[in-house]
Amino acid sequence: MAERYAHDSSASASIEPLSIALGWFSLALGAAELIAPSRMARLIGAPDDESTRNTLRAFGAREIGAGIAILAQPDRARWLWSRVGGDALDLAWLGRRMADANSENDRLGMAAAAVAGVTALDVYAAQRLNRAGAQPAAKRRGVKVEQVVTINRSADDLYQYWRDFKNLPRFMRHLNAVEVIDQRRSRWTAAAPAGMSVRWDAEILQDREGEWIAWRSLPGSQVENSGSVRFTPAPGARGTEVRVQMEYLPPAGQMGRVLAMLFGEEPEQQIREDLRRFKQLMETGEIPLSDGPSMWRAAQPAKRAGQIREMAGVSE
Amino acid sequence: MRATCWNGTRNIQVERVPDPQIVNASDAIVKITSTAICGSDLHLYNGFIPTMKRGDIMGHEFMGEVVETGKGVKNLKVGDRVVVPFPIACGHCAQCEREMYSLCENSNPNAWMAEKMWGYSPCGIFGYSHMLGGYAGGQAEYARVPFADVNPLKVPEELDDEQVLFLSDIFPTGYMAAEACGIQPGDTVAVWGCGPVGQFAIKSAYMLGAERVIAIDRFPYRLRMAHDKAGADTINYEECDIFEALEEMTGGRGPDHCIDAVGLEGHAPGIHGAYDKMKTVMMMETDRPVALRQAILACRSGGTVSVAGVYGGFIDKFPMGAIVNRSLTIKSGQTHVQRYMRPLLKRIQDGEIDPSFVITHRINLSDAANGYEIFAKKQEECMKVVMKP
Ligand SMILES: NC(=O)c1ccc[n+]([C@@H]2O[C@H](COP(=O)([O-])OP(=O)(O)OC[C@H]3O[C@@H](n4cnc5c(N)ncnc54)[C@H](O)[C@@H]3O)[C@@H](O)[C@H]2O)c1
Ligand SMILES: [Zn+2]
Ligand SMILES: [Zn+2]
Repeated sequence: MAERYAHDSSASASIEPLSIALGWFSLALGAAELIAPSRMARLIGAPDDESTRNTLRAFGAREIGAGIAILAQPDRARWLWSRVGGDALDLAWLGRRMADANSENDRLGMAAAAVAGVTALDVYAAQRLNRAGAQPAAKRRGVKVEQVVTINRSADDLYQYWRDFKNLPRFMRHLNAVEVIDQRRSRWTAAAPAGMSVRWDAEILQDREGEWIAWRSLPGSQVENSGSVRFTPAPGARGTEVRVQMEYLPPAGQMGRVLAMLFGEEPEQQIREDLRRFKQLMETGEIPLSDGPSMWRAAQPAKRAGQIREMAGVSE
Repeated sequence: MRATCWNGTRNIQVERVPDPQIVNASDAIVKITSTAICGSDLHLYNGFIPTMKRGDIMGHEFMGEVVETGKGVKNLKVGDRVVVPFPIACGHCAQCEREMYSLCENSNPNAWMAEKMWGYSPCGIFGYSHMLGGYAGGQAEYARVPFADVNPLKVPEELDDEQVLFLSDIFPTGYMAAEACGIQPGDTVAVWGCGPVGQFAIKSAYMLGAERVIAIDRFPYRLRMAHDKAGADTINYEECDIFEALEEMTGGRGPDHCIDAVGLEGHAPGIHGAYDKMKTVMMMETDRPVALRQAILACRSGGTVSVAGVYGGFIDKFPMGAIVNRSLTIKSGQTHVQRYMRPLLKRIQDGEIDPSFVITHRINLSDAANGYEIFAKKQEECMKVVMKP
């Protein structure tokens, strides 16, 4: 769970899949209306004439716009509401067409019922997202992220690996290097775009062998931050629950830039991926890579094997 | 190398792409000797599974010879002849330890996508969308096989490719579907879909002690194979009402267990078909669960509905009431192939079954596009296409 200060995003996290599904729905419905308006017209039982086709095409463009927006925008709520507006349009239009003598009323009725069903979903998703994002942006300073994963290894093993901070960049994507200075202090370097980097020194605040580690940046660091990791045995020999908490507080004014630089748009997702890699490394000894990470490239071999490593940000 | 690439809905082309190289220390490179087209590939071909990208290499049923191993590989060496299971498993996570290999927690690098759709992510699968890993598939000359110590099965020289190739997927899939039914002496099992998966489900149901298997489809040549080669009684759903036919054939009890070997592209005549077609075109549902609905309604109270057919997203008009009020058990999953490969290889070696009976088309990899088309359209009495690079 990630939380921007004074802003609870847990509702936003749980509603995400629904809004993504609605995004897909918009795209597909839009594509069908745009590309095959005659087919759509026949399917929903409206007369297949020029006016129907044009209306469907217009609806199609709107749907695609809403679909792309829902999938691409961090502010999904607004676009979901645009879907609700879209649904109302569809409903009104279907209502009018039903009065038309050429239409097969049954099928149109079915289509209307279908759209109404989606409207209910849209309203639900948009309301939940609105509630989640209700806090004003000005209050958001810094990021606090909490994530948890269960790993099929003993708490001791996991603790040992983590405690040796120079291991962290192997699975934490935003880190370039951590240099251990002494028992308490370490120097962290994080990657930034255009080959730049940010650096800070950190100290260990608490250290309980096999249980937990807490650290924070030394006062005056460019990026003030703190973190902790807790290792607790899962019930019934199910391995170890690893709970990570990280907090970053960049200097006022620079926040957006520095945070985006460190974590991209979604710090929560980034830490989640880091923990996934920690799990992979601890359970299998490596971070498995596929040919098509995310949607960045097609799933086919790269000319150079190193290309895939670089793309995924995994060192040998 | 040459590889079968997805270039959009119903657009498959064999293209030149770079040869695979070792990326992870646990990888092996396999030079493919035989590879098949699966009903699951048709869901990608027909555009039902999201997160495909132009250029994705297809294929998850393949075998061949190990030509290179990463420095972490201990159990395989160059020259070994192997069959590769379609789910990629790490062998170390809690799910792998439970032998639930298709739920491996470490093999999907794109797990976040699957988590958005399904809550949690299953394993990565060769050539099966980015949501399920973005791994290049095996309808090609070579493939990179991750976790090579865990996944590929070495096969004896005396068995030829056609006898062992289907250990990669469809034989274990049919077997797991039948096993999930918990068949008791005297049981009747009904199987929807007489494609390759259905054929192996029928065979397996008999192996596991079923008294009688009733197979359902609409293509006479597929029903004929179910009858002649797999020993089932058959029903053509275009010629009768499935529910009534099954009721009649089971003395009014209904089949004890029902297997859905059809999946999300179920076909239905009449109003039901039109309904699901409209719903999927409008994206009100992503899948057409025609066979699944029938299987649930037809199943004997207290019986098992075992779903081997693949579903990807959301379905509509799901008869939950029948499940609850009649104590039905639903079982499903992508097959935990690694769990079944050795015992099923033994059955092949013992001569209990020769899985090659489903093969109707043997073609060169270069003709993959044509292979997909005839398999998708069920032309030329096509049951199973095997390709040689
Ligand atoms: N769970 C797994 O791990 C796994 C593995 C392999 C395949 N599969 C799935 O199994 C399914 C079947 O695969 P296949 O290779 O046999 O495919 P296939 O396309 O050859 O066979 C499907 C058959 O179902 C029939 N059918 C369609 N609608 C029907 C209906 N309403 N009633 C009865 N039959 C109907 C078709 O006529 C066809 O013969 C697919 O969904 C595939 O994705 C699942
Ligand atoms: Zn398959
Ligand atoms: Zn695993």
